[in-house]
Amino acid sequence: MEQIELNYPAKRKAPKRAHVGVVGSGDMEVLLEPAEGTVARVFIRTSVDGFGASWKAVLDRFFAKYDGAARIQINDAGGTPGIAQLRLEQAVEVSEQ
Amino acid sequence: MSEFTGIRGTVWFRALTGQASPLPGDPKSVLTSDAPIGKEQARFLCVVPDPHGRFPCARHGEVGLEEAYTLATRVREVIDESKNTNKRPIVAIVDAKSQAYGRREETAAIFLAAAAAADAYGSARLAGHPVITLVVGQALSGGFLMHGYQANRILAFDDEGVMIHAMHKAAAARVTLRSVAELEELAKKIAPMSYDIRDYAKLGLLYKLLHVENPEKPSAEDIRNVQNELVGAIANARSGPVDLRNRLESKGAQEMRKASLLVRSKLEAQWQEA
Amino acid sequence: MTDKRYGANFIHRQSFIELDARERATALFDAGTSRELLGPFDRVESPWLAMQGVTPQEDDGCVVMKGKIAGQAAVVVALEGAFQGGSMGEVSGEKMTAALDLAYADSKKGIPTSAVILLETGGVRLQEANLGLAAIAELMGSILLLRKYAPVICLSAGTVGCFGGMSLAAGLASYVVMTREARLGLNGPEVIEQENGIDEFDSSDHALVWAIDGGEQRFATGLIDALVEDDTPQVVDAIRRFVGKGVPAVHRSTQVELFRSRIKALDTSRQWEPNELRTLWTAKSATEGKQ
Repeated sequence: MEQIELNYPAKRKAPKRAHVGVVGSGDMEVLLEPAEGTVARVFIRTSVDGFGASWKAVLDRFFAKYDGAARIQINDAGGTPGIAQLRLEQAVEVSEQ
Repeated sequence: MSEFTGIRGTVWFRALTGQASPLPGDPKSVLTSDAPIGKEQARFLCVVPDPHGRFPCARHGEVGLEEAYTLATRVREVIDESKNTNKRPIVAIVDAKSQAYGRREETAAIFLAAAAAADAYGSARLAGHPVITLVVGQALSGGFLMHGYQANRILAFDDEGVMIHAMHKAAAARVTLRSVAELEELAKKIAPMSYDIRDYAKLGLLYKLLHVENPEKPSAEDIRNVQNELVGAIANARSGPVDLRNRLESKGAQEMRKASLLVRSKLEAQWQEA
Repeated sequence: MTDKRYGANFIHRQSFIELDARERATALFDAGTSRELLGPFDRVESPWLAMQGVTPQEDDGCVVMKGKIAGQAAVVVALEGAFQGGSMGEVSGEKMTAALDLAYADSKKGIPTSAVILLETGGVRLQEANLGLAAIAELMGSILLLRKYAPVICLSAGTVGCFGGMSLAAGLASYVVMTREARLGLNGPEVIEQENGIDEFDSSDHALVWAIDGGEQRFATGLIDALVEDDTPQVVDAIRRFVGKGVPAVHRSTQVELFRSRIKALDTSRQWEPNELRTLWTAKSATEGKQ
């Protein structure tokens, strides 16, 4: 079990909370909640250890486009970077609806 | 952890009722007897091995189709006869290998048979009969759900031959992709996974853990003590509500089932909101 | 005569099976009447999983929603089959039991509140073993209480189906609804094969598995109350109908004499073709009979 925390700068408060995904094998759930301030905080819990660099790469890429101040929690059960990207984008879509 | 032998059920049934027979017409795997406990007549029930049983997968102490429907019948008899009178106690003596695992069983809907047995015990409890379970050996999974787990009060012997669990070790290890040794290691840290009856007792589901000198060959004193405990459990059951809330109100629950209590209180609060 | 399962309707159906637990639960309610209780943002998760290296889910794989179905008060509790096989842990178990107890309390106060339980589950979560098993026992106690006042409806659509201790919950229900894809049984085929060998049950024989445990067989033998297509409007219709029907006169799990005599009549010297039971056990037993 590994816990990873990453922070990114943010410009505006995320509009509303969003929840997507299921902690199924090869999948993850993402909880996105609006936060005060100018930082987006990401908390990842994953049952697959040793992929810190991979997670950072996915999130760096995600936050290159996303500027919301939010608390983002990811509960992961072995999802690929592709799934992570998808779930994050889905969460934003719901949040911005 | 001792092997399941299936003899403790018969031993204790005989010790507490003076005999060990099925009622006429019943399969030999279900013992039923009305016998005194304290100042009352209780109905005692037990599932035991029957090597010549009709169902090949239910010959070694498993609770199968016949066992389940027989239990349901004999428990409902007590409910029906007592509709307007004193609600006499029902005592389930438990030492069962598991539920029966077979193709005939699934085809003939053992899930419903199991529900019928549990329904009978639960309905008896709701009708005001003190339902007491005495675990003298093994109480596993579906078998325990059918025969024993709907009781007002559950007692168990504090003994290595007593086990209450969802799945026996070898199968549980296989299903969770671990070795038995790994499972045992985990079970030491995680009380709900433990196979040790003393860890089960911490969960707050047991009314009492009983010390018995010789569970396989009880002395007269052993038997007397157990009878006294049963009388106490019956009185205690009568003094409380007929539902299962005592399981969450116990000290053990307050220690070990904090998440359950949190769920209950939060859910109630949110339910009431407009 | 064309098999209506594969006509134009099949292409245009809205698959219920493809929905996750939250979507399934939402679909059952009258539009705009439902709200989720103890959802993911309440963060009441399993206290036992992370310490074993298993990632918890914030709702512990159990969705509780309250609202109206066919204009009547109802609570839906949906197990998420994709999380730990929909298994019952301490939290998911207590969410379900407490929801039924709250429905019971409202029902006794004069607001009959049905419970609809969506069962995609293998039974007890072994990582929580005795708390999962105890939760199922307590749930069964709560079903017995509620079903006197309001119907308890179990729905299994697949693909996980309903196995293990939770099959007893289905056995206690007022009404059971299944699709053809779903299965309902106490012991799964793999477990039977492990315990008693491949001759007893070849778990790789899918046709056999569905012939014994599948929705169609359970319906044809009078053990469940409705068989529906994997089509959301049809599923919703069936649930609405049973909510509307109210408490049945007799619950299947109380029909002990009938089933005991059926078991007595079986020739146990051989295995049976599941089909044989269809003629022996018609819908005489079911509380409601054919759909």
